Amino acid sequence: MIREITLGQYYQAESVIHHMDPRTKIVGTIAFIVSLFLANNWIGYVVMAAFLAAVICISKVPFKFMVRGMKSIVLLLLITVIFNLFLTPGTPIVKIWKLTITQEGLRQAIYMGIRLIFLILGSSLMTLTTTPNNLTDGLESLLGPLKLIHVPVHEVAMMMAIALRFIPILLDETDKIMKAQIARGADFESGNLIKKAKNMIPLLVPLFISAFRRANDLAMAMEARCYRGGKNRTKMKPLKYKGRDAAAYLVLVLYLALVVATKKLL
Amino acid sequence: MAIILDHVSHAYEAGTSMQIKALDDVNLVIPDGQFIGLIGHTGSGKSTLVQHLNGLLKPTTGNIYYNGADIHDPEYNRKELRSKVGLVFQYPEHQLFEIDVFKDVCFGPKNLGLSQKEVELRAYEALKQVGIADEYFYQSPFDLSGGQKRRVAIAGVLAMKPEVLILDEPTAGLDPKGRDEILNLIAALQKERGITVILVSHSMEDVAKYVQRLIVMDKGRVMYDDAPAEVFKHYEELEKMGLSAPQVTYIMHALKKQGYPVNADLTTIEEAKNEILRVLRL
Repeated sequence: MIREITLGQYYQAESVIHHMDPRTKIVGTIAFIVSLFLANNWIGYVVMAAFLAAVICISKVPFKFMVRGMKSIVLLLLITVIFNLFLTPGTPIVKIWKLTITQEGLRQAIYMGIRLIFLILGSSLMTLTTTPNNLTDGLESLLGPLKLIHVPVHEVAMMMAIALRFIPILLDETDKIMKAQIARGADFESGNLIKKAKNMIPLLVPLFISAFRRANDLAMAMEARCYRGGKNRTKMKPLKYKGRDAAAYLVLVLYLALVVATKKLL
Repeated sequence: MAIILDHVSHAYEAGTSMQIKALDDVNLVIPDGQFIGLIGHTGSGKSTLVQHLNGLLKPTTGNIYYNGADIHDPEYNRKELRSKVGLVFQYPEHQLFEIDVFKDVCFGPKNLGLSQKEVELRAYEALKQVGIADEYFYQSPFDLSGGQKRRVAIAGVLAMKPEVLILDEPTAGLDPKGRDEILNLIAALQKERGITVILVSHSMEDVAKYVQRLIVMDKGRVMYDDAPAEVFKHYEELEKMGLSAPQVTYIMHALKKQGYPVNADLTTIEEAKNEILRVLRL
């Protein structure tokens, strides 16, 4: 049941996207998100959809797998669409009681919905094709210049790496404890909200204890290996741009130019 | 009355590229009152199998019957099944959560909807059975030693008075003394209550001494299902699966090869000792 969460998960496959430098992927994702807010007509959205579809295709991550991760944002999506639909002023089309759907509202709602879906798909594609370690390495390298103004970039990256690393472990643990308590007759599904929250105690207490235990063990293991933060620390596999990254940047620039160009079209 | 598994298969992440076939066409009949050892290498599917027996996992294909009723029938009361088929998970001490030992053991029977008096009676009885002294009853379960925590966790399942008790690697991470204590305790319980016990383990030495029947699993399939002595005859095949027969089996087979007229199909040190003495006296 809990294994269905795909957010922040890595999907093992052999593809150009998987082998790309994490920095390229991070920059690419940011560029894609920016492009979402640049487009203002349907041609722009078609270009974005084509680009996203092409990248997903190349990445070899099954589309079904990506959609599973979308389930968690359905509520957010609905709220956004409904608010935009009813609360945008403009030429009214339909009037239900005190709520009016306007032409502008309909347009806005559709665009916002698509933007949100593309946003999640685009960023989950990054996490699906990049191992957490690579992702934080890339982030650390990209944020490197901030060290000059005394931002603890390495420490932040390390914290992120650990947090990401522990998501699957804690999910597994949750699953296990849940099963153990269900075997003892616990009921996590029925009852009202207060009862449900109360029923979570047999799950949450062991989970917190195990998280603290793991944190303790990890800290000890890191200290035993003389970890002292980022200063003078070298990498076993330093990040290096390759030919495919240059090609990817080129494609990215062309794509951005295309999206900007569509703004002038209509 | 028994548990029957009929062509049970299970795949994790079914329908994705990460599909893992954990169980492959398993057929078993588990009659009442048997003491069974379930053995297999890590990843052989034994933990997956036992989670099917109380309905925590649903087979991808195949059926499971408890006392003649299909446990995945929509009408079937699976909550009741879980009280009848008690499952003690690996490292059960990780499930403790209450403020004191006694309350934690009460959790299971309380979920069965019994009266407060009955709940406490059962908890008391279960704690006594696993050998936890009264002075620990009102301590935090987190202050106990590893072995004690595990006993408390086992008591938590025992208090539900299951007809079938399944223990998934109950001795993992315990020292030899703690291991013997837990295993002796389980054997005593089985005799005393006449319940079915399924002991999951990857150590032959652990189970050989206690069980009547041994089920060996490899890659999701049942490879052997027989009395321990019969299974250990295949000690060479067992090795190929990453398992091994008890050390006495090797010694006895080596002696036989050297020309001593010993019976090599023995499983415990005690039996081996008597056999060697018998041969020497000839």
